[in-house]
Amino acid sequence: MDLASAKLIGAGLAAIGCGAASAGVGYVFGSFLQSAIRNPAASDGQQGRLYIGFAAAELLGLMAFAVAMLILFAF
Amino acid sequence: MAAGGKIDPMHQFAIEPIFGSFGHNNPFVFTNSALWTLIVLATIWLFMFGGMKRELIPGRWQLAVEGLIAFVDDMVNVSIGPEGKKFLPWVFTAFVFLLFANLIGDMPFGIVAAAHPFSITAQFTFTGVMSLITFAIVLGVGFWKHGLHFFSLFVPKDAPFVFKIFIAPIELISFLVRPFSLGLRPFIAMFAGHVLLDVFGNFVVQALNSHSAGGIGVWLLSMLFIMFVSMIELLVAAIQAYVFAILTSLYIGEAVNLH
Repeated sequence: MDLASAKLIGAGLAAIGCGAASAGVGYVFGSFLQSAIRNPAASDGQQGRLYIGFAAAELLGLMAFAVAMLILFAF
Repeated sequence: MAAGGKIDPMHQFAIEPIFGSFGHNNPFVFTNSALWTLIVLATIWLFMFGGMKRELIPGRWQLAVEGLIAFVDDMVNVSIGPEGKKFLPWVFTAFVFLLFANLIGDMPFGIVAAAHPFSITAQFTFTGVMSLITFAIVLGVGFWKHGLHFFSLFVPKDAPFVFKIFIAPIELISFLVRPFSLGLRPFIAMFAGHVLLDVFGNFVVQALNSHSAGGIGVWLLSMLFIMFVSMIELLVAAIQAYVFAILTSLYIGEAVNLH
């Protein structure tokens, strides 16, 4: 296998992480909705924590994207 | 933008001189990055000073500005507490700058004129320096207020001693990673969105140039996807500014209150 095709395969493998992070983001919002529907009165006060959880889950997916871009363009 | 050839989504992030040129150690180069930074600043000034007339009965503009300030003020008060007022200027600056820079970077001015918007927050230099400022504030306030007692931030208060030994290094590492993750997040979010838009914009052009039945289908799908991604990008622009502001105020709050 030459370097160019190995690079593309590596970038594709790194992009799997984006999918995994999307599952994480979905879980954050899903569980927020579940509890918000049970207790709508308390949900507004927890919006900040929702976005912190979202940011933490999303960051890892973005890092996977960054790794894919590094493999594609930096090497 | 390469039409028909190889797609080069990185070209839009290149910093190019507008007046003057690089080389021969010339420090006075006016780049597209500088131009769009000035445009963002001008927009912020226009927006803020337009709404700071302090009329007794606020108009729509003043209401928008006051709403924005009250929004960040609430966030700072909840995360930092009564001392939050001192840190409002930086949190508000960061929030408004990121918000305006993200939104202006997403603008499709390229259709109207040749001036394609240069997204300044898709450069790590901008967001990285902003996160460094946040951490300068965190460390400065922490050591100024608590002295060496600031290191107790890494040790959970009521944990058994055996746990403390294990948790303190982990907390220290997570604290040291924060400057990177804080600056990386808005940068990568903007960067990824612009790469995606550029790639699919090239698909549109190439599909139309192919003059085939399949090309029309690809064109239609790409066009719909671009519209969808553009809307998501507007949402992400606001969310990333919000997340940066709330994380900044949380980190400062930790340094001020030490748990």
